[in-house]
Amino acid sequence: MDQLNALIVFLNFVFVPGLTYGAQLSLGALGVTLVYGILRFSNFAHGDTMAFGTMVTILFTWWFQSMGFHFGPLPTALLAMPFGILITALFVLGTDRVVYQFYRKKKSVSTILVIVSVGVMFVMNGLTRFIIGVENRNFEDGERFLITARDFKILTGLNEGLAIKTTQVITVVVAILVVTAMFWFLNHTRTGKSMRAFSDNEDLALLSGINPERVVQVTWILAATLATVAGVLYGLDKSFKPFTYFQLLLPIFASAIVGGLGNPLGAIAGGFIIAFSEVMVTYAWKKVATYALPDSWAPDGLLQLMSTDYKFAVSFSILILVLLFMPTGLFKGKSV
Amino acid sequence: MNLRTVALFAGLALMFILTGQLQSWNLSLSILNTALLAAIMAMGVNMQWGFAGLFNTGIMGFVALGGLAVVLVSSEPVPDAWRAGGPGVLAALILGVSIISLSIIAYKKLPAGRKRTWAMIVILGGGFFVFRAAFDGPVALVESVNPATSGNLGGLGLPTLVAWPAGGLLAAVVAWAIAKTALGLRSDYLAIATLGIAEIIISVMKNEDWLARGVKNVISLPRPVPYEVDFQADPLFLTWADRLGFDPVIGSSIIVKLCYAGLFVAVLTLVIFLSERALNSPWGRMIRAIRDNEVSASAMGKNVTGRHLQIFVIGSAVVGVAGAMMTTMDGQLTPGTYNPLRYTFLVWVMVIVGGSGNNWGALLGGLLIGWLWLIVESLGPNIMMALTGQMIDGPLKDHLQDAAAHTRLLTLGVILLLVLRFSPKGLIPEK
Repeated sequence: MDQLNALIVFLNFVFVPGLTYGAQLSLGALGVTLVYGILRFSNFAHGDTMAFGTMVTILFTWWFQSMGFHFGPLPTALLAMPFGILITALFVLGTDRVVYQFYRKKKSVSTILVIVSVGVMFVMNGLTRFIIGVENRNFEDGERFLITARDFKILTGLNEGLAIKTTQVITVVVAILVVTAMFWFLNHTRTGKSMRAFSDNEDLALLSGINPERVVQVTWILAATLATVAGVLYGLDKSFKPFTYFQLLLPIFASAIVGGLGNPLGAIAGGFIIAFSEVMVTYAWKKVATYALPDSWAPDGLLQLMSTDYKFAVSFSILILVLLFMPTGLFKGKSV
Repeated sequence: MNLRTVALFAGLALMFILTGQLQSWNLSLSILNTALLAAIMAMGVNMQWGFAGLFNTGIMGFVALGGLAVVLVSSEPVPDAWRAGGPGVLAALILGVSIISLSIIAYKKLPAGRKRTWAMIVILGGGFFVFRAAFDGPVALVESVNPATSGNLGGLGLPTLVAWPAGGLLAAVVAWAIAKTALGLRSDYLAIATLGIAEIIISVMKNEDWLARGVKNVISLPRPVPYEVDFQADPLFLTWADRLGFDPVIGSSIIVKLCYAGLFVAVLTLVIFLSERALNSPWGRMIRAIRDNEVSASAMGKNVTGRHLQIFVIGSAVVGVAGAMMTTMDGQLTPGTYNPLRYTFLVWVMVIVGGSGNNWGALLGGLLIGWLWLIVESLGPNIMMALTGQMIDGPLKDHLQDAAAHTRLLTLGVILLLVLRFSPKGLIPEK
């Protein structure tokens, strides 16, 4: 029986990965929720926007690396990220002008817009695959670990180590910064306020002289920023592969809906709920239990509720339960 | 059928003929077979979206279920595995279904409130552990029987053609369960929910090795048509080949493909016939009335939920049949290859490009996009090779030539966007 070691195992294998993954999902879900709140459709192209932004960032990272630019112990990708955001935002604004604007003017139903976003998804997915290929790309450089499991063991004298990767710290710090900036923007600036007004009641917002096209443009820029940041953080933490990003769409939608579509706070909470459920349901608890329980109670099995391959199934089961029992999400979202 | 429709289909036929003449007839026929299957899937999607306005993005799941049915029906049973754990697995599955039924009954009978929530948590949470306790043992026994070659329960060993309707049936049963839970959702929630359910179906097929070997794949499934080598060993066929002057290897492969094409056309014709009859019946008019205005249809006393349920099940069954046919033609079930871009969104592009709400449109879209999807795969690298021929050798040239295979997603996306923008009703619009 050793509660301290149990806690370390829990932190190392459940809490830290869950926190990082949750931060990445939250950023993605925030983008989906913003687009839903203002443009009123579920953007199926968001996963591929993430992939696109990450791809541009990776290209800049490679360029910087080839010129010998480095960001000290931090990954060079952080330096390249602003450029990735810029180009993705321009691309997304271009898509809006060429594609979405037409349907907005026509006041098409949201289903049509969803199908249109599937078309955009195909184009962005094709572009990403065309430019960077389908292989796994690892673009992380700089210091890999803040503290390795070995150092931690030597430092504390415990049996179990707690390894913290640089990318995990960066993910959490960047996510906090971006989310804080986002909420400050939405709550304190004129444009942010007009966005919230537009989201709450379009007619009233128009009546009070808010320019809808401007609101829409700012929304796309924010969505592209969030998507690129989320994508780069995910890619740094794991690795970049276009198809994985397409699949991330599912847990991101789940997060946004569980939190209540159109509700930014809900999106963040949803991201962590989904991430922690995925990690906790598919984690084998044997080691934690062996430490935490008296020796005679030590478990024989793995104590794993479901095999790791059912990750997506977990997030989706939660999604479906929430949809069935609380259709507007845990935090009040809108359900048009 | 008007002149425009006839011209479109004639143009399509010309493309297949040109492919045959300029490339090879083998390629043209294999594209045709895949396109025919895609057209049947497009029929199913068209019933749901075109007739009823249901936004189902779980097509991939039903295609995969059809494939699963082929393994369960037509592959040979594994008697050792059945002896080892067959009854145990079946008993556990029955137990699982009863736990879910119990929770549904409890949800319906108990008054809403904290008591009901707790009852549900106890039944489902406790039920999960009881189910796992009953299920894990027999599964481990089954999976330990010859894991290299089987490790699953196998099928019933029935003829392959029986597996096609069985695929439809399996898809229909699952569609019914999905519809019961998810059809009440509004359109884009339904899309997201079905997208997720399809992923769940695939992950179950990938991980439940006792069922169909998971990612270890089931290969050499029986075929409803003769094998190429049977023809090549047949003296009568060889004399024919000799007299008509064709290569027996290529000839046998073409004949096998023609046999498949015949079977597929037969199924497709049946689906179109039934679908046209249904569309032009009072029932079909009711479905379209519901699509156009749910509120007024339900004010006229039409059962909107009931009709949605019906068409969701029927459309999914059609997709399931096509999925079973596809697995039969491939001769193997490979759960790792199901990809929503290919099996869900591509079929959607077919329906929208062809013309939703019109069976001939869906047929045209299925064949046309099916042809385009596969021809770009074989022609794309050639075109890119020609385009980059003048370029200096270097990394950029290599990259462009490697990347040519990925141009088809881009092409399809652009086609979808152009059709949605300039011809939103598709090539053959609904009358």
